[in-house]
Amino acid sequence: MADTYAQLVNSGPGRNLARKLGLPQPAVLRRYEPGQPLVAGPVVVLGDTAGADKLAAELLSWGLDVRRHAVPAEKLGAIILVLDELGHPADLEMPVLAAAGSLRDLRAGGRVITLSRPAGEASTPEAAAARQGVDGFLRSLAKELRAGATGNGVLLADGTTSTSPSALGAVRFFLSARSAFVDGQFLMVSTEDGALPEDVERPLAGKVAVVTGAARGIGAQIARTLHRDGATLVLVDIPGAGDQLAAVANEVHGTALQLDITGADAGRRIIDHAVQRHGRLDIVVHNAGVTRDKLLANMDQARWNQVININIAAQLRINQALLASEHFRSSPRIVSVASTSGIAGNRGQTNYAASKGGVMGMVRASAPLLTSNGGTINAVAPGFIETDMTARIPFGVREVARRLNSLQQGGLPSDVAEAIAFLASDAAGGINGEVLRVCGQNLVGA
Amino acid sequence: MSTDGQSTPAAEGSPRASVPATRRAVIVGANRIPFARSGGAYAKSSNQDMLTAALDGLIARFGLQDERIGQVAAGAVLKHSRDFNLTREAVLGSALSAETPVYDLQQACATGLETVVGLANKIKLGQIDSAIAGGVDSASDAPVVVSEGLREVVLDLHRAKTLPQRLQILARLRPKDLAPLAPGTAEPRTGLSMGEHQALTTAQWKIPREAQDELALNSHRNLAAAYESGFFDDLMTPYRGLTRDGNLRADTSLEKLASLKPVFGRNLGADATMTAGNSTPLTDGASTVLLASDEWADARDLPKLATVVDAEAAAVDFVHGKDGLLMAPVFAVPRLLARQNLTLADFDYFEIHEAFAATVLSTLAAWEDEDFGRTRMGLDGAFGSIDRSRLNVNGSSLAAGHPFAATGGRIVGTLAKMLHAKAASTGRPARGLVSVCAAGGQGVVAILESL
Repeated sequence: MADTYAQLVNSGPGRNLARKLGLPQPAVLRRYEPGQPLVAGPVVVLGDTAGADKLAAELLSWGLDVRRHAVPAEKLGAIILVLDELGHPADLEMPVLAAAGSLRDLRAGGRVITLSRPAGEASTPEAAAARQGVDGFLRSLAKELRAGATGNGVLLADGTTSTSPSALGAVRFFLSARSAFVDGQFLMVSTEDGALPEDVERPLAGKVAVVTGAARGIGAQIARTLHRDGATLVLVDIPGAGDQLAAVANEVHGTALQLDITGADAGRRIIDHAVQRHGRLDIVVHNAGVTRDKLLANMDQARWNQVININIAAQLRINQALLASEHFRSSPRIVSVASTSGIAGNRGQTNYAASKGGVMGMVRASAPLLTSNGGTINAVAPGFIETDMTARIPFGVREVARRLNSLQQGGLPSDVAEAIAFLASDAAGGINGEVLRVCGQNLVGA
Repeated sequence: MSTDGQSTPAAEGSPRASVPATRRAVIVGANRIPFARSGGAYAKSSNQDMLTAALDGLIARFGLQDERIGQVAAGAVLKHSRDFNLTREAVLGSALSAETPVYDLQQACATGLETVVGLANKIKLGQIDSAIAGGVDSASDAPVVVSEGLREVVLDLHRAKTLPQRLQILARLRPKDLAPLAPGTAEPRTGLSMGEHQALTTAQWKIPREAQDELALNSHRNLAAAYESGFFDDLMTPYRGLTRDGNLRADTSLEKLASLKPVFGRNLGADATMTAGNSTPLTDGASTVLLASDEWADARDLPKLATVVDAEAAAVDFVHGKDGLLMAPVFAVPRLLARQNLTLADFDYFEIHEAFAATVLSTLAAWEDEDFGRTRMGLDGAFGSIDRSRLNVNGSSLAAGHPFAATGGRIVGTLAKMLHAKAASTGRPARGLVSVCAAGGQGVVAILESL
């Protein structure tokens, strides 16, 4: 599981050798720990709109060191481009070139964030061109950034502004080390819903969250991260994984529920357990999933059906129970784990990719069903994550897969968990039906 | 009507007025690890390992991390001398608060049930608000002791002060003193194993081989069906790769059972009926039960499955052959039911520990025997018979195995869940009887009632 190569090129002699040979030089990413500063230095907010002014004022109120113009040679923690009133591609010039002048001053692990409008809502071809241009610009810039810096964008739908609760929530997430392995991605804020947490270190305080597949790997890490953020946890996994599930439950002070999620009454049993034992149910994380890889020519019924049943059919059935339940109506959150395989495809994973593509379709179609209760449903699509599962990939394939992203390394389970924790929080209340990739800007899959 | 079968108690009808006001003790839930055949999946696990695992599963199920439980009591029958504080060590290694007090208990195969009874009584008296009862046994990791000769030499050496003294003591050693003594379960006063004792009882009550095999088959079928329906999903936590009881033979049949050779009572000639199939194997495993007052359970939003109503212990004089070694429950149950003003017809479920199929059948035969009822129990006739469809309906020790001290917790957890479900489906209270026989001619029985 350890990325030996990354350790090597981050040591003195290894670093020099890799540089001379032109080999990839993955940086050690800054990861979130409670109490650490939000950003590693001053934040420059570029743009001359009212939205830029308001965002700068808001960031000031967070105690950040905010600049409206870069000070030459001053090291920066982040560059934010507020592009919320673009009418023509020519409007990009000023803020983009201002950012260009500051890029070399961006610290290791720095952040570039754009705030712009979705092209689909533009009223003129010129505005649409400018808005779509931001997409290409940001994704390219993210590939130019070095030393663990990332670039991500917030899309502000009509009716939202740069200081809408979830716009601020997204900016905060992208600025922080919580988004270490999120790179080159856009997150759409569609409504004014959501609220910033009273305690930014415990954004899930008072919430009861269910995590499926919590006995190991990414699921166990999701449980730890939600617990750290203040949530009370119900941990679900199949009875056969009960011993590992119990260990995780005892670590995060949650309750273990041994349950096969493909059972007809799984949704009811999850709701009953959460409500009876913890008084409420706020968050459901559909993490449980399996791979049964085979080329399609060799695919059998059992492999196909098991993957479809566990990875998507169970989620659909549980969501039906959740949506019908009177106990899941107070700003509920559903977050599903999808996969970049479901976006870009993966040889030998037709079943898995179908199920994960299904998750994304489900999330988009289910989003309107939750809005009346202030609820949301979103998905996180992990790329190459360092887990027991990926550790079993043959060495050569694994080594290549690891480097095929802008950060030139695999992500950690905690990177997936951080994205899920954000989407599960009140601050993400205006983000609905979205798929957020946690892939280090993988070269495949857009 | 005297319901005492043996001798007259010193003071009949104790004055209840002097008893302090009591409250209910409720069973919140239970957890056990799958039972493994001796030398199997848990061959390298100690009693402490297994008890800790069973505790941690219980803690995880009910969110008891860092909780200071009123008291934990558990025990093991086969116990290393180093495990003098077995339960305390297990608790210290678990996710419970280290400030949880503990005691060890040993009552042979009744250990597990006796911890439930003792702790429930403390809760009823208001001495504690919560408790975990349990038991564990490993026939694989059993203690092996040195011979008496070697032991005396070692102790004398320790006391010796001079070299000549030490040499003199060492000279006493003989080669035979160096052979270790394997653990045995023979009764010290008769030299007979438990199986040989039961064989005598089996012959006395003329229990046919076919009836024993049929009981064993039902045990396997019932346990397998319980697993298939997910009954154990909230009663069990896997351990060391085992997710079901290792002894369970879901595909066994009367033919297979009939093909086995008798292993006990062979010197009784034609009467030898007890085989490996209708006797419990040596087993490793651990079980725990969470008990509480209503207030404690309610304050934590915990479920309440059943109450521990009452219990009775009995012992028989097997040494002089007055009764069979494992027949103490035959006398305990009538005494308990008389005190509670109940008959066998008042029970929805019977959980009679299957030490051997013949133990259960001998017990039922004694209750159904008019002469025995009159002469030994002081009744007008037979004590009564039970509805066999209510007996061990989710399997018992013949299928699950029998890690001695862990069996009581297994039965109590299983029965409490069954009673709760029965009451929920019928809308009326359900009642269950637990009966566990034990070495030394002892037995403990208890009544549970649904919540």
